[in-house]
Parts: sequence; C-alpha cells; structure tokens
Amino acid sequence: MDKTFNIIIAGVGGQGIITLLQVMDEAAFVEGFDIKSSELHGLSQRGGSVEAHIRFGKKVYSPMVSNGSADLILALEALEGLRESSKAGKQTKILVNEYFLPFLNSPAKEDIIKQLGETKKDFYLVSASKDCKEKLQNEIVCTLYLLGYAVVKKLLPLKKESVLRAIKNVIPEKYLDLNIKAFELGYGN
Amino acid sequence: MKKILLGNEAIVKAALAAGVQFVSGYPGCPSAEIGDIIGKVAKENGIYAEWSTNEKTGLEAGIGASFSGLKVLVNMKSFGINVCSDSLFPLAYTGTKGAMVIFVGDDPGCHSSAQSEQDSRGYAYLGKIPVLEPSDPQECYDFTMLGFEISEKFNVPVILRATTRVAHQRSPVNFGERKPGIRPIGEFIKNPRQFSTMPPRTMEMKNELLEKLEKVRQFAEKSKANKVSKRKNKTGIIASGISYLHVLEALETMGLDLPVLKLSFFYPFPKKIVANFIKDKKSILVAEELDPYLEKEITALAKDTNLKLNIFGKNVLPGTGELNSEKICVALSKITGKKFVNNKSPALNLPKRSARLCDGCPYWYIFPVLKRVAPDAIFGGDIGCNMIAGLPPHNMHDTLFSMGASLGISHGIKKSTNQKVISMMGDGTFFHSGIPALVNAVYNRSNPLVVVLDNRITAMTGHQVNPGMGKTLMGDIVEEVKIEDIAKACGVKNIKVLDPINAQDFEMAIKEFLVKDEVSIIICKRICALLARRQKNG
Repeated sequence: MDKTFNIIIAGVGGQGIITLLQVMDEAAFVEGFDIKSSELHGLSQRGGSVEAHIRFGKKVYSPMVSNGSADLILALEALEGLRESSKAGKQTKILVNEYFLPFLNSPAKEDIIKQLGETKKDFYLVSASKDCKEKLQNEIVCTLYLLGYAVVKKLLPLKKESVLRAIKNVIPEKYLDLNIKAFELGYGN
Repeated sequence: MKKILLGNEAIVKAALAAGVQFVSGYPGCPSAEIGDIIGKVAKENGIYAEWSTNEKTGLEAGIGASFSGLKVLVNMKSFGINVCSDSLFPLAYTGTKGAMVIFVGDDPGCHSSAQSEQDSRGYAYLGKIPVLEPSDPQECYDFTMLGFEISEKFNVPVILRATTRVAHQRSPVNFGERKPGIRPIGEFIKNPRQFSTMPPRTMEMKNELLEKLEKVRQFAEKSKANKVSKRKNKTGIIASGISYLHVLEALETMGLDLPVLKLSFFYPFPKKIVANFIKDKKSILVAEELDPYLEKEITALAKDTNLKLNIFGKNVLPGTGELNSEKICVALSKITGKKFVNNKSPALNLPKRSARLCDGCPYWYIFPVLKRVAPDAIFGGDIGCNMIAGLPPHNMHDTLFSMGASLGISHGIKKSTNQKVISMMGDGTFFHSGIPALVNAVYNRSNPLVVVLDNRITAMTGHQVNPGMGKTLMGDIVEEVKIEDIAKACGVKNIKVLDPINAQDFEMAIKEFLVKDEVSIIICKRICALLARRQKNG
C-alpha cells in the first residue's frame, strides 16, 4: 500500500466509536503500518454528533483526514453518515449502519437514506444494529459487525486475521466472545 | 516496548518510567485520562495519586510533595491553570525541589469546553515557567521525560502543554519501564529562604528565576526537541504542536519542498535557533494554533536579524478554531502562488445534533420541573453535564461562565434586581469552587436559590470520584463530605435534600424557597444513570 489510507468514523456519542477506533488502530499496527488517529471525549460523548479519524500507511503525519480525502466513511447512524458524506471525495466509499436516532427537527429516515443514495458514491447500507440485536441481543457491538462487513467487502485494506488479533488485544476478556461473534456476523453477511 | 497509545496514556507511561511519586490534579477534557490511568496503577507502583478538589489545591499538594523531595506530576485542563495560577506564579519564584511537570490540556475548537478558547501558553510569560509543546503521543512521552529532566536540572516547574488533537491522538509509542522500589516517602527539610516568598526576599527570588530561565534558554537552544529540516529554500515554515503535523501533511499534499523549523520549546524562546533559520529567508509562515505568540517573538527577532523578512501568520491563518492541513495548504498557496484545490462535496444543510442528557439521567427530573415551576426565573448555568441544560430542548442557561460562577453571578443579579434567580451546579462543581460563592451569598445577605444537581460523581469528564461520594482516586473508602452539612456550616438556613424523582417534593421545595429572603439550597440527590448501569453490570 503506497498511499495513506484514510477513515472517518461517524456516529452519535455513546455508540462505541472509541472502541471501534481502538480495534482498527490495533489491526493496522498488527500489520506493521504507521498510524495516527484522533478522537473526542467529554461533552461530545454525550449523545451529540461525533467523528473520529484514523489514518494508516507507511508514514503518517497529521491525525486528521482532510476534506475529500477519506477512503472510507463508516457511519454508525444514518443521519451522521449523511452529514459526513459532505466530506467525501471521488474515491470515498460510504458504509452506513441502517439505524436512525431521531431528535427534535431531524429529517425522516426515508429522506436520509434517499439522500445518501443520491451521493453517487460507493454506498453500502447494512442492517448491523438490527442483526446484532436479533442474533446477539446486543446493539452496541454493531461497530464490530460493520468492521467485519468492511473487511469482507474489502472496503479497507486490513486482513481478517489482523482484526481478530486486534480484537483480542483491545477488548476485555469478559466481552471478547460477543465482539468476535459480531465481527463474524458482519463478515459472513 | 512499542504500543499504540493515546497521548495522555503516553504521558502516564513517561511519568511511570521517570519515577514519578506523587500525582495530583483535577479532571477535565482533554486531560482527565492521566489521573484516571494513574489511579488504577498507583498502589502497585508505589505512587500517591489523588483527584484534588480543584486545580489550586491540586497544584498546592504537588508543591508540598516537591518541597518534600518527591517527583511530581500535576494534571489539569486549560481553565485549571487559571484556578491554580495564584500559587503557580510564586512556585516559579521558589522553584522546585523534587522535579515537577504540570500538564495543561487546551481545547481549541471548544469540543468539550465552554467559557473560552484559551491558549494557555500565555501563562509562560505571566508566570515565567518553561513550556514544552508536543505534537504526537511519542512526543508526549519524550517531552514528559524531558520536562522532568529540565525541572531536575534547573529546579523549575515545567509546563507540558498539549491540545485535544495531541492529548486525544493515538499512535505507536516506544516506551520504557518503571524501575522497581520507588516509594512516595520524602522529607521536608526546613528552608524558608527557598520555600517562602516573603519580601524583600521575593525580589531576590525573581532575579534568581531570571538567571535560571537564561540557563534553560541555553539548554533549549541545544535541545534535539526543536527540529530543523535540512531543505534549502527562501521560503520556510516555523510550526509548533499539532500544527507541525498539519504542515508536514500540507507540504506533501502540495508537493512543496520547504524547510521547516519545529519549535518544541515554547518558552524560553530559543532565539538563536530561530535567528539561524530566518537569516537567509525571504518569507516565513508561522503555523501556530490560537494566539500569535510565536509570530510576535519572531517578528521582534527579525528586526535584529533579517529586516526584509516577510512574516506570514495570522494574516493567512485563522486565529479562531483548530488548524488543519487544508488551512495550511490555503496559506501556502497564498504565499508561494502554487495552486491548491480540495475536492470536497457541497455542504449539506442538516440540523445540528447537540449533546443530550443520557437516558434515565437524573437531570431529566430536574430541568423541566425548574422551568415549569419558575418560568420567569433567571437561570445561572454551570460547568459539567449541567451544561446540557443550555442546549435544546431545555435552553435554560441565562449565564454560563466558569466552575462555580453560576452562584457568584446569581448573587450579583439578585442584589441588582427584584427578579427570581436560580443557580444550578453539580456536586463536583460545588466542591471545586461553589463553597466560597455560597459563603459570599450568605454573608452578604443575598437570596438566590441554589439547586445542587448531585449525581454522586464527577460525570462529564468520565466519572471521577469526588469528596461527596466517599471514595478516593486510589480506591480507598473515606467519609462522605455532605453538601448539606457544608451548606449548614456556611450559614444557609433553608436546606432540603431530596430525590428529584419525587416531583411533588421538588416542586414544593422550589415554590417555598423562591420567596425566601435568605439563600436557599435544594440538593437533588440521585445517581448518574450511566454509573448506576455500570455498577449493576459490575
């Protein structure tokens, strides 16, 4: 891989963005890449829009993905996916969890999905939250489901084995099994 | 060892490896992880660690430890340095005994900060304290080590100043291990000549400090922490902190090959390195976030070394908000004439999703009731999860300043008007700086209603312990300091402690207290919903 790979994770504070970022960072580290990532804590974790950035490659300088240079936008929520799509470039693939957290004056889900479809980008809509809730009785692990999906569809240049090792390195023992199951569920989709 | 670390984790690793013995501070964003992580490993590493009641008591605890010969790390967010500055300035005069590094986390862009977009580097000038600025987690590690080295060598406290994008940046870091057998036992050897800033000795101390700073400057001139690239060009860039990484990124994006000087010592300013860098240049871009401190230093220096130098800085870069590589590209495009286009899609006009109270948050039982029962009241807002009262759908804050200011300002409004005034503050804030404001209101016969949103923890910054909950950072069980007892001791006569889920009790208390001639306080005690869920799940 010659070029630095740029990822933006978008979602709502409390959805498990930092855990997902840690797993992805670790997977890239396992593969021997240089990595820089950026995240936000505090007020922004309390249910507001949150975006985290990950960049990996031979040598990475800034931890921030500049406008238009994302290779992958991974959104844990539909409206936040649409919001981040304004930062997409020609090469950007957009992977969105079909999950909607409405708030006062937010647009309708159908309109959001329609607008996402009109972005003319490589766009993937996956029912990660729904599948995780039905099959694993846990919605928060939709993050790992989406990662599994991104790996199998080659939306990011990380190997399955590296991600599995990263999950083991990052996730506490108690939740390890659940997270691996979620990853496999997304991978098998 | 090499691992991916968060900037703040790297600081902890360095403090451990450097042999730190005493850690104090107050949690805030983006610094809180330092204390959180230290707290978990303190006992096994022979470290004393505490969350102090505020940054001033935290710094003073650190000063006591340093004077007793211990190696000290103090941690706080940007505004914390305002709170502790009263003791910080004399500390520069007395100097340290055990080495001391003070971490200050600034938050450009105000991601997790109300009140102001503070550039804490300015304290270097006011306090005359060396300031180091890391760019990434590896430098967080290296400069914490360097800070201890400088402090040890010159007996000065050293400020390690990072911003959100550095403290909350992750990347691979090489780090060392802690030597075994270090314990937090020192000895205070009496020496008022060093430890008391009693005049006329104060003036002598100032002279001694100025001499020390000159020595630190000479050290900075030789330090490898400042980096100069070997490229040759008439145009160069001087950058610090996160801006340095954005500059390298921007140069790569634009295919430009310009020399870069990275200044890691913010203060004392390494004049010779800079003079050497600018002497043969035609133009310089100073890439620094927030205030143009370096730009001013460089402008002054150029008068002696390169009168014709074109200095670009805040005339091509914004003074508000974070910088990024695109903003640097735009600036470089203006300076070099090289074209820059970014391929951004058009912006969408979507409604903003603000932070909100968590599901089951006890504040859901407080804000709507206050608004309904006292629709005409002036609401003094405060810092913490309380800030969410200022956002939709509540929109309740009539003022929002700093920790504890809800009550200080409410008192002033109460004295100036005939209006009803309600001050809202959390339990952590009450202990941090609410108490002096409460005493002031009682003493000066004011009558605002104070509502303490006691969710049994300092929640917003990531659930840190505080004096109200009977537990210390190191996990020891202590007696709870009761807010109602403090209020009583301060002379408050109208006190109610209730669970806000009992809406009727709460409503009656508001109605009763709003017409009182003296200060009243309602302590709404109910555990943070996130904490309750976590405790249930073990």
